[in-house]
Amino acid sequence: MALTQSDIDVEVGDLQDAYDKTVAEGAPVQNHPPRDYAPYRSSVLRHPKQPLVAVSGGDPETVELSGPVFGVTDITDIDSDLTIQHRGEPLGERITVSGRLLDRDGRPVRGQLIELWQANASGRYAHLRDQHPAPLDPNFTGVGRVLTDDQGGYRFTTIKPGAYPWRNHTNAWRPAHIHFSVFGTAFTQRLVTQMYFPNDPLFRYDPILRSVTDEAARSRLVAEYNHDLSQPEFSLGYEWDIVLDGPSATRIEEGRD
Amino acid sequence: MSVSQKSPESTKPRETLLPTPSHTVGPFYGYALPFPEGEQVAPKGHPDTITLHGYVLDGEGNPIPDALLEFWQAAPDGSLAGAPGSLRRDPVTGGFLGRNGTDFTGFGRVATDADGHYALYTLPPGNAGLPYVSVCVFARGLLTHLYTRAYLTDGADPLLDSLPAERRATLVAAEGERRTYRFDIRLQGEGETVFLEFE
Ligand SMILES: [Fe+3]
Repeated sequence: MALTQSDIDVEVGDLQDAYDKTVAEGAPVQNHPPRDYAPYRSSVLRHPKQPLVAVSGGDPETVELSGPVFGVTDITDIDSDLTIQHRGEPLGERITVSGRLLDRDGRPVRGQLIELWQANASGRYAHLRDQHPAPLDPNFTGVGRVLTDDQGGYRFTTIKPGAYPWRNHTNAWRPAHIHFSVFGTAFTQRLVTQMYFPNDPLFRYDPILRSVTDEAARSRLVAEYNHDLSQPEFSLGYEWDIVLDGPSATRIEEGRD
Repeated sequence: MSVSQKSPESTKPRETLLPTPSHTVGPFYGYALPFPEGEQVAPKGHPDTITLHGYVLDGEGNPIPDALLEFWQAAPDGSLAGAPGSLRRDPVTGGFLGRNGTDFTGFGRVATDADGHYALYTLPPGNAGLPYVSVCVFARGLLTHLYTRAYLTDGADPLLDSLPAERRATLVAAEGERRTYRFDIRLQGEGETVFLEFE
Protein backbone atom coordinates (compact mmCIF):
# COMPACT_ATOMS: atom_id res chain seq x y z
CA MET A 1 0.00 0.00 0.00
CA ALA A 2 1.26 3.43 -0.85
CA LEU A 3 2.67 5.44 1.99
CA THR A 4 0.66 8.44 3.10
CA GLN A 5 1.94 11.82 4.17
CA SER A 6 1.10 10.94 7.77
CA ASP A 7 3.22 7.76 7.54
CA ILE A 8 6.12 9.91 6.39
CA ASP A 9 5.42 12.55 9.03
CA VAL A 10 5.72 9.91 11.76
CA GLU A 11 9.06 8.67 10.41
CA VAL A 12 10.39 12.19 10.00
CA GLY A 13 9.24 13.13 13.50
CA ASP A 14 10.85 10.07 15.07
CA LEU A 15 14.18 10.77 13.37
CA GLN A 16 13.96 14.42 14.38
CA ASP A 17 13.32 13.46 18.02
CA ALA A 18 16.17 10.96 17.95
CA TYR A 19 18.57 13.57 16.58
CA ASP A 20 17.49 16.25 19.05
CA LYS A 21 17.99 13.80 21.89
CA THR A 22 21.56 12.91 20.85
CA VAL A 23 22.48 16.59 20.61
CA ALA A 24 20.89 17.29 24.00
CA GLU A 25 23.09 14.50 25.37
CA GLY A 26 26.19 16.14 23.95
CA ALA A 27 26.62 14.56 20.51
CA PRO A 28 28.04 16.86 17.83
CA VAL A 29 25.73 18.87 15.59
CA GLN A 30 25.23 17.33 12.13
CA ASN A 31 25.53 20.01 9.49
CA HIS A 32 24.76 17.66 6.61
CA PRO A 33 21.97 15.14 6.11
CA PRO A 34 22.70 11.48 6.79
CA ARG A 35 23.01 9.43 3.60
CA ASP A 36 20.68 6.89 5.15
CA TYR A 37 17.35 8.64 5.63
CA ALA A 38 14.48 6.23 5.11
CA PRO A 39 11.66 8.82 4.76
CA TYR A 40 13.40 9.74 1.50
CA ARG A 41 12.73 6.37 -0.06
CA SER A 42 15.38 6.53 -2.77
CA SER A 43 18.12 6.67 -0.13
CA VAL A 44 17.40 3.17 1.17
CA LEU A 45 19.45 1.23 -1.40
CA ARG A 46 21.81 4.03 -2.28
CA HIS A 47 23.82 4.68 0.86
CA PRO A 48 26.93 2.85 2.03
CA LYS A 49 26.58 0.73 5.15
CA GLN A 50 30.29 0.71 5.90
CA PRO A 51 31.67 3.77 7.66
CA LEU A 52 33.54 6.26 5.51
CA VAL A 53 37.32 5.88 5.62
CA ALA A 54 39.08 9.01 6.85
CA VAL A 55 41.90 10.48 4.79
CA SER A 56 43.79 12.78 7.10
CA GLY A 57 44.68 16.20 5.79
CA GLY A 58 48.06 17.79 6.05
CA ASP A 59 49.60 16.12 3.03
CA PRO A 60 49.60 18.77 0.29
CA GLU A 61 50.10 16.01 -2.30
CA THR A 62 46.61 14.74 -1.59
CA VAL A 63 44.89 15.24 -4.94
CA GLU A 64 41.50 16.10 -3.40
CA LEU A 65 42.94 19.12 -1.57
CA SER A 66 43.16 20.85 -4.94
CA GLY A 67 40.36 20.97 -7.43
CA PRO A 68 39.20 21.81 -10.92
CA VAL A 69 39.40 25.43 -12.08
CA PHE A 70 37.05 27.34 -14.33
CA GLY A 71 37.45 30.55 -16.22
CA VAL A 72 35.84 33.04 -18.55
CA THR A 73 35.83 30.47 -21.36
CA ASP A 74 33.44 28.31 -19.30
CA ILE A 75 30.57 30.78 -19.12
CA THR A 76 28.85 33.33 -21.32
CA ASP A 77 27.34 36.66 -20.36
CA ILE A 78 23.74 35.48 -20.54
CA ASP A 79 24.31 32.46 -18.31
CA SER A 80 23.51 34.35 -15.12
CA ASP A 81 20.21 35.72 -16.43
CA LEU A 82 17.74 32.87 -16.95
CA THR A 83 15.09 35.30 -18.21
CA ILE A 84 16.94 36.30 -21.39
CA GLN A 85 17.93 32.92 -22.77
CA HIS A 86 14.98 32.74 -25.16
CA ARG A 87 13.19 35.10 -27.54
CA GLY A 88 10.38 35.86 -25.12
CA GLU A 89 10.07 36.51 -21.42
CA PRO A 90 9.42 33.52 -19.18
CA LEU A 91 6.21 33.42 -17.15
CA GLY A 92 6.41 33.85 -13.41
CA GLU A 93 7.60 36.15 -10.68
CA ARG A 94 11.01 37.57 -11.61
CA ILE A 95 13.60 37.28 -8.84
CA THR A 96 17.20 38.26 -8.19
CA VAL A 97 19.19 35.69 -6.20
CA SER A 98 22.46 36.97 -4.85
CA GLY A 99 24.93 36.19 -2.11
CA ARG A 100 28.51 35.32 -1.29
CA LEU A 101 30.49 32.11 -1.51
CA LEU A 102 32.66 31.69 1.58
CA ASP A 103 34.81 29.05 3.18
CA ARG A 104 34.41 28.10 6.81
CA ASP A 105 36.97 30.71 7.82
CA GLY A 106 34.71 33.36 6.32
CA ARG A 107 37.04 34.05 3.40
CA PRO A 108 35.50 34.74 0.01
CA VAL A 109 35.90 31.94 -2.50
CA ARG A 110 36.77 33.78 -5.72
CA GLY A 111 36.47 32.83 -9.36
CA GLN A 112 34.66 29.57 -8.73
CA LEU A 113 31.84 28.08 -10.73
CA ILE A 114 28.28 28.16 -9.43
CA GLU A 115 25.70 26.33 -11.53
CA LEU A 116 21.98 26.30 -10.86
CA TRP A 117 18.94 24.60 -12.29
CA GLN A 118 15.29 24.77 -11.41
CA ALA A 119 11.69 24.12 -12.38
CA ASN A 120 9.68 26.80 -14.15
CA ALA A 121 6.98 28.90 -12.49
CA SER A 122 4.51 26.02 -12.87
CA GLY A 123 6.78 23.52 -11.16
CA ARG A 124 7.89 21.71 -14.31
CA TYR A 125 11.48 20.94 -15.28
CA ALA A 126 12.58 21.22 -18.89
CA HIS A 127 13.64 17.60 -18.54
CA LEU A 128 11.95 14.95 -20.66
CA ARG A 129 11.53 12.55 -17.78
CA ASP A 130 9.65 15.14 -15.75
CA GLN A 131 6.09 14.19 -16.63
CA HIS A 132 4.37 16.40 -14.08
CA PRO A 133 1.37 17.65 -16.11
CA ALA A 134 2.09 21.32 -15.58
CA PRO A 135 2.86 23.48 -18.61
CA LEU A 136 6.33 23.80 -20.03
CA ASP A 137 7.42 27.36 -20.73
CA PRO A 138 9.01 27.77 -24.17
CA ASN A 139 10.85 30.82 -22.84
CA PHE A 140 12.41 29.14 -19.83
CA THR A 141 15.01 26.39 -19.62
CA GLY A 142 16.03 26.93 -16.03
CA VAL A 143 19.82 26.50 -16.20
CA GLY A 144 22.35 29.14 -15.15
CA ARG A 145 26.07 29.52 -14.46
CA VAL A 146 28.28 32.20 -13.00
CA LEU A 147 31.81 32.65 -11.67
CA THR A 148 32.10 34.25 -8.25
CA ASP A 149 33.65 37.73 -8.22
CA ASP A 150 36.57 39.06 -6.18
CA GLN A 151 34.42 39.25 -3.06
CA GLY A 152 33.05 35.78 -3.60
CA GLY A 153 29.79 37.36 -4.79
CA TYR A 154 27.34 35.90 -7.26
CA ARG A 155 24.06 37.10 -8.74
CA PHE A 156 21.38 35.44 -10.84
CA THR A 157 18.24 36.80 -12.43
CA THR A 158 15.56 34.14 -12.79
CA ILE A 159 11.92 33.45 -11.98
CA LYS A 160 10.56 31.90 -8.83
CA PRO A 161 10.15 28.16 -9.37
CA GLY A 162 6.87 26.47 -8.54
CA ALA A 163 6.35 23.64 -6.09
CA TYR A 164 5.96 20.24 -7.72
CA PRO A 165 4.66 16.77 -6.85
CA TRP A 166 6.89 13.71 -6.68
CA ARG A 167 6.32 10.05 -5.97
CA ASN A 168 8.05 9.46 -2.66
CA HIS A 169 4.63 8.91 -1.08
CA THR A 170 1.02 9.82 -1.83
CA ASN A 171 0.57 13.58 -2.14
CA ALA A 172 4.29 14.31 -1.83
CA TRP A 173 5.16 17.87 -2.87
CA ARG A 174 8.54 19.54 -2.95
CA PRO A 175 8.66 23.12 -1.64
CA ALA A 176 9.87 25.59 -4.25
CA HIS A 177 13.64 25.31 -4.54
CA ILE A 178 16.60 26.07 -6.78
CA HIS A 179 19.30 23.43 -7.20
CA PHE A 180 22.86 24.71 -6.78
CA SER A 181 26.17 23.12 -7.73
CA VAL A 182 29.22 24.84 -6.29
CA PHE A 183 32.98 24.39 -6.59
CA GLY A 184 35.55 25.57 -4.07
CA THR A 185 39.32 25.64 -4.27
CA ALA A 186 39.47 21.95 -3.30
CA PHE A 187 37.58 18.93 -4.58
CA THR A 188 36.79 18.19 -0.91
CA GLN A 189 34.74 21.40 -0.81
CA ARG A 190 32.40 20.32 -3.59
CA LEU A 191 28.78 21.08 -2.79
CA VAL A 192 25.49 20.24 -4.45
CA THR A 193 22.48 21.55 -2.59
CA GLN A 194 19.12 23.31 -2.86
CA MET A 195 18.01 26.80 -1.91
CA TYR A 196 14.51 27.35 -0.54
CA PHE A 197 12.28 30.40 -0.18
CA PRO A 198 11.22 31.78 3.21
CA ASN A 199 8.04 30.65 4.95
CA ASP A 200 7.06 27.93 2.49
CA PRO A 201 4.15 25.96 4.02
CA LEU A 202 5.53 22.75 2.45
CA PHE A 203 8.73 22.73 4.53
CA ARG A 204 7.33 20.51 7.26
CA TYR A 205 6.05 17.90 4.81
CA ASP A 206 9.22 17.49 2.76
CA PRO A 207 11.46 14.56 3.72
CA ILE A 208 14.32 15.94 1.63
CA LEU A 209 14.50 19.20 3.55
CA ARG A 210 13.79 17.38 6.82
CA SER A 211 16.71 15.03 6.14
CA VAL A 212 18.83 17.90 7.45
CA THR A 213 17.83 17.06 11.00
CA ASP A 214 19.58 20.01 12.60
CA GLU A 215 17.14 22.91 12.64
CA ALA A 216 19.81 25.60 12.43
CA ALA A 217 21.46 23.81 9.51
CA ARG A 218 18.10 23.53 7.79
CA SER A 219 17.57 27.26 8.14
CA ARG A 220 20.83 27.85 6.25
CA LEU A 221 19.17 26.40 3.16
CA VAL A 222 16.50 29.11 3.18
CA ALA A 223 17.20 32.38 1.40
CA GLU A 224 16.29 35.67 3.04
CA TYR A 225 14.05 38.19 1.32
CA ASN A 226 16.14 41.36 0.95
CA HIS A 227 14.23 44.45 -0.12
CA ASP A 228 17.47 46.27 -0.99
CA LEU A 229 18.16 43.56 -3.57
CA SER A 230 14.75 43.97 -5.17
CA GLN A 231 14.94 45.85 -8.46
CA PRO A 232 12.30 48.59 -8.87
CA GLU A 233 9.64 47.64 -11.41
CA PHE A 234 11.57 44.42 -12.15
CA SER A 235 12.30 41.72 -9.56
CA LEU A 236 12.17 40.63 -5.92
CA GLY A 237 15.50 40.07 -4.19
CA TYR A 238 16.61 37.01 -2.27
CA GLU A 239 19.93 36.79 -0.49
CA TRP A 240 21.62 33.47 0.08
CA ASP A 241 25.21 33.01 1.23
CA ILE A 242 26.88 29.65 0.69
CA VAL A 243 29.55 28.32 3.04
CA LEU A 244 31.70 25.47 1.77
CA ASP A 245 32.80 22.64 4.06
CA GLY A 246 35.87 20.46 3.85
CA PRO A 247 39.62 20.99 3.97
CA SER A 248 41.58 22.66 1.19
CA ALA A 249 45.25 23.06 0.39
CA THR A 250 45.12 26.80 1.06
CA ARG A 251 43.67 26.22 4.50
CA ILE A 252 46.37 23.78 5.41
CA GLU A 253 49.18 25.96 4.07
CA GLU A 254 48.05 28.90 6.13
CA GLY A 255 47.33 26.76 9.16
CA ARG A 256 44.12 26.53 11.05
CA ASP A 257 43.44 28.76 13.99
CA MET B 1 19.92 33.03 4.78
CA SER B 2 22.71 35.51 4.79
CA VAL B 3 25.75 34.85 6.91
CA SER B 4 25.77 37.38 9.71
CA GLN B 5 29.49 37.29 10.47
CA LYS B 6 30.65 39.38 7.52
CA SER B 7 33.95 40.48 8.94
CA PRO B 8 36.71 41.95 6.80
CA GLU B 9 39.12 39.33 5.56
CA SER B 10 42.01 40.66 7.59
CA THR B 11 40.23 40.35 10.92
CA LYS B 12 41.89 37.82 13.18
CA PRO B 13 41.16 35.43 14.64
CA ARG B 14 38.96 34.18 11.85
CA GLU B 15 35.41 33.29 12.65
CA THR B 16 34.33 29.80 11.91
CA LEU B 17 31.17 29.75 9.84
CA LEU B 18 28.84 26.80 9.76
CA PRO B 19 28.60 25.11 6.37
CA THR B 20 25.68 25.08 3.98
CA PRO B 21 24.17 21.58 4.17
CA SER B 22 24.37 19.25 1.22
CA HIS B 23 21.26 18.04 -0.63
CA THR B 24 20.62 15.40 -3.26
CA VAL B 25 21.28 16.22 -6.91
CA GLY B 26 17.78 14.79 -7.56
CA PRO B 27 16.57 13.14 -10.74
CA PHE B 28 16.35 16.14 -13.05
CA TYR B 29 19.91 17.47 -13.31
CA GLY B 30 20.35 15.83 -16.70
CA TYR B 31 19.59 18.90 -18.78
CA ALA B 32 21.73 21.12 -16.56
CA LEU B 33 24.95 19.57 -15.34
CA PRO B 34 26.28 17.19 -18.02
CA PHE B 35 28.03 18.96 -20.88
CA PRO B 36 29.36 17.81 -24.25
CA GLU B 37 32.78 16.16 -23.95
CA GLY B 38 32.47 16.02 -20.18
CA GLU B 39 33.97 12.53 -20.44
CA GLN B 40 36.72 13.57 -22.86
CA VAL B 41 39.41 14.80 -20.46
CA ALA B 42 42.27 13.64 -22.70
CA PRO B 43 42.87 15.76 -25.78
CA LYS B 44 41.10 13.89 -28.59
CA GLY B 45 43.30 11.36 -30.32
CA HIS B 46 46.06 11.59 -27.72
CA PRO B 47 48.04 8.33 -27.94
CA ASP B 48 48.32 7.97 -24.15
CA THR B 49 44.55 8.09 -23.62
CA ILE B 50 43.17 5.58 -21.16
CA THR B 51 39.53 4.59 -20.65
CA LEU B 52 38.28 4.39 -17.09
CA HIS B 53 34.86 2.81 -17.08
CA GLY B 54 32.42 0.71 -15.11
CA TYR B 55 28.98 0.46 -13.57
CA VAL B 56 27.38 2.23 -10.64
CA LEU B 57 25.29 -0.25 -8.65
CA ASP B 58 22.83 -0.03 -5.77
CA GLY B 59 22.41 -2.23 -2.69
CA GLU B 60 20.62 -4.92 -4.68
CA GLY B 61 23.25 -4.94 -7.39
CA ASN B 62 21.01 -3.09 -9.83
CA PRO B 63 22.62 -0.51 -12.10
CA ILE B 64 21.89 3.14 -11.29
CA PRO B 65 20.93 4.93 -14.49
CA ASP B 66 20.78 8.39 -12.97
CA ALA B 67 24.11 8.77 -11.19
CA LEU B 68 26.44 11.65 -11.98
CA LEU B 69 30.17 11.14 -11.58
CA GLU B 70 32.83 13.80 -11.37
CA PHE B 71 36.52 13.13 -11.76
CA TRP B 72 39.52 15.16 -10.68
CA GLN B 73 43.13 14.15 -11.13
CA ALA B 74 46.69 15.34 -11.57
CA ALA B 75 47.99 15.99 -15.06
CA PRO B 76 50.47 13.42 -16.43
CA ASP B 77 53.34 15.66 -15.24
CA GLY B 78 51.94 15.65 -11.71
CA SER B 79 50.53 19.17 -11.78
CA LEU B 80 47.45 19.76 -9.65
CA ALA B 81 46.92 23.26 -11.05
CA GLY B 82 44.20 22.17 -13.47
CA ALA B 83 43.15 24.45 -16.33
CA PRO B 84 39.93 26.22 -17.26
CA GLY B 85 37.97 25.21 -20.32
CA SER B 86 36.22 22.00 -19.30
CA LEU B 87 32.86 23.56 -20.25
CA ARG B 88 34.18 25.85 -22.98
CA ARG B 89 31.38 27.95 -24.42
CA ASP B 90 30.68 29.81 -27.61
CA PRO B 91 30.08 33.48 -26.78
CA VAL B 92 28.13 33.93 -30.03
CA THR B 93 25.61 31.09 -29.82
CA GLY B 94 25.79 30.49 -26.07
CA GLY B 95 26.27 26.79 -26.79
CA PHE B 96 29.05 24.43 -25.84
CA LEU B 97 32.19 24.34 -27.96
CA GLY B 98 33.83 21.35 -26.32
CA ARG B 99 37.34 21.45 -24.91
CA ASN B 100 40.02 23.31 -26.83
CA GLY B 101 41.83 20.13 -27.81
CA THR B 102 45.13 20.84 -26.10
CA ASP B 103 44.72 21.91 -22.47
CA PHE B 104 44.39 19.21 -19.85
CA THR B 105 41.83 20.45 -17.32
CA GLY B 106 41.96 17.39 -15.04
CA PHE B 107 38.18 17.56 -14.61
CA GLY B 108 35.54 15.25 -16.03
CA ARG B 109 31.79 14.92 -15.52
CA VAL B 110 29.85 11.90 -16.75
CA ALA B 111 26.26 10.81 -16.20
CA THR B 112 25.66 7.06 -16.17
CA ASP B 113 23.70 5.70 -19.11
CA ALA B 114 20.52 3.59 -19.02
CA ASP B 115 22.68 0.56 -18.10
CA GLY B 116 24.29 2.41 -15.19
CA HIS B 117 27.56 2.50 -17.15
CA TYR B 118 30.04 5.35 -17.44
CA ALA B 119 33.26 5.86 -19.38
CA LEU B 120 35.93 8.51 -18.90
CA TYR B 121 38.66 9.13 -21.48
CA THR B 122 41.67 10.66 -19.82
CA LEU B 123 45.45 10.67 -19.52
CA PRO B 124 47.26 8.73 -16.80
CA PRO B 125 47.49 10.85 -13.64
CA GLY B 126 51.01 11.72 -12.50
CA ASN B 127 50.36 12.51 -8.84
CA ALA B 128 53.02 11.80 -6.24
CA GLY B 129 52.76 8.25 -4.98
CA LEU B 130 50.45 5.68 -6.48
CA PRO B 131 48.45 7.22 -9.35
CA TYR B 132 44.71 7.57 -8.89
CA VAL B 133 41.70 9.43 -10.22
CA SER B 134 39.52 11.01 -7.54
CA VAL B 135 35.82 10.28 -8.03
CA CYS B 136 32.80 12.11 -6.63
CA VAL B 137 29.43 10.34 -6.85
CA PHE B 138 26.06 12.10 -7.01
CA ALA B 139 22.68 10.46 -7.45
CA ARG B 140 19.02 10.75 -6.74
CA GLY B 141 18.64 9.16 -3.32
CA LEU B 142 22.10 10.19 -2.22
CA LEU B 143 21.63 13.12 0.15
CA THR B 144 25.33 13.92 0.36
CA HIS B 145 27.78 13.03 -2.41
CA LEU B 146 30.41 10.33 -1.92
CA TYR B 147 34.15 10.39 -2.64
CA THR B 148 36.20 7.45 -3.72
CA ARG B 149 39.42 6.83 -5.66
CA ALA B 150 40.12 4.76 -8.73
CA TYR B 151 43.72 3.58 -8.40
CA LEU B 152 45.07 2.46 -11.76
CA THR B 153 47.38 -0.11 -10.23
CA ASP B 154 47.89 -1.76 -6.87
CA GLY B 155 50.93 -0.86 -4.83
CA ALA B 156 52.18 0.80 -1.68
CA ASP B 157 49.83 3.59 -0.62
CA PRO B 158 48.87 4.89 2.83
CA LEU B 159 45.14 4.61 2.17
CA LEU B 160 45.22 1.22 0.45
CA ASP B 161 47.59 -0.16 3.07
CA SER B 162 45.16 0.81 5.83
CA LEU B 163 42.39 -1.36 4.39
CA PRO B 164 41.65 -5.09 4.68
CA ALA B 165 42.32 -6.95 1.43
CA GLU B 166 38.73 -7.26 0.21
CA ARG B 167 38.00 -3.60 0.83
CA ARG B 168 41.30 -2.55 -0.72
CA ALA B 169 40.32 -4.33 -3.92
CA THR B 170 37.30 -2.04 -4.37
CA LEU B 171 39.62 0.93 -4.99
CA VAL B 172 41.86 -0.69 -7.58
CA ALA B 173 40.66 -0.62 -11.18
CA ALA B 174 41.12 -3.80 -13.21
CA GLU B 175 43.33 -3.25 -16.23
CA GLY B 176 41.89 -4.64 -19.45
CA GLU B 177 42.92 -4.62 -23.08
CA ARG B 178 43.60 -1.47 -25.08
CA ARG B 179 44.39 0.72 -22.09
CA THR B 180 41.01 0.22 -20.43
CA TYR B 181 40.49 0.18 -16.68
CA ARG B 182 37.32 -1.22 -15.17
CA PHE B 183 36.14 0.47 -12.00
CA ASP B 184 32.69 -0.38 -10.67
CA ILE B 185 31.14 1.61 -7.86
CA ARG B 186 28.87 -0.30 -5.45
CA LEU B 187 27.01 2.10 -3.22
CA GLN B 188 25.90 -0.58 -0.76
CA GLY B 189 26.10 -4.24 0.14
CA GLU B 190 28.44 -7.00 -0.98
CA GLY B 191 31.67 -5.59 -2.33
CA GLU B 192 30.65 -2.10 -1.23
CA THR B 193 33.15 0.44 -2.51
CA VAL B 194 35.31 2.20 0.04
CA PHE B 195 34.12 5.79 0.34
CA LEU B 196 36.25 8.52 1.84
CA GLU B 197 35.99 11.51 4.10
CA PHE B 198 38.66 14.19 4.32
CA GLU B 199 39.75 15.82 7.55
FE1 LIG C 1 14.08 19.76 -7.80
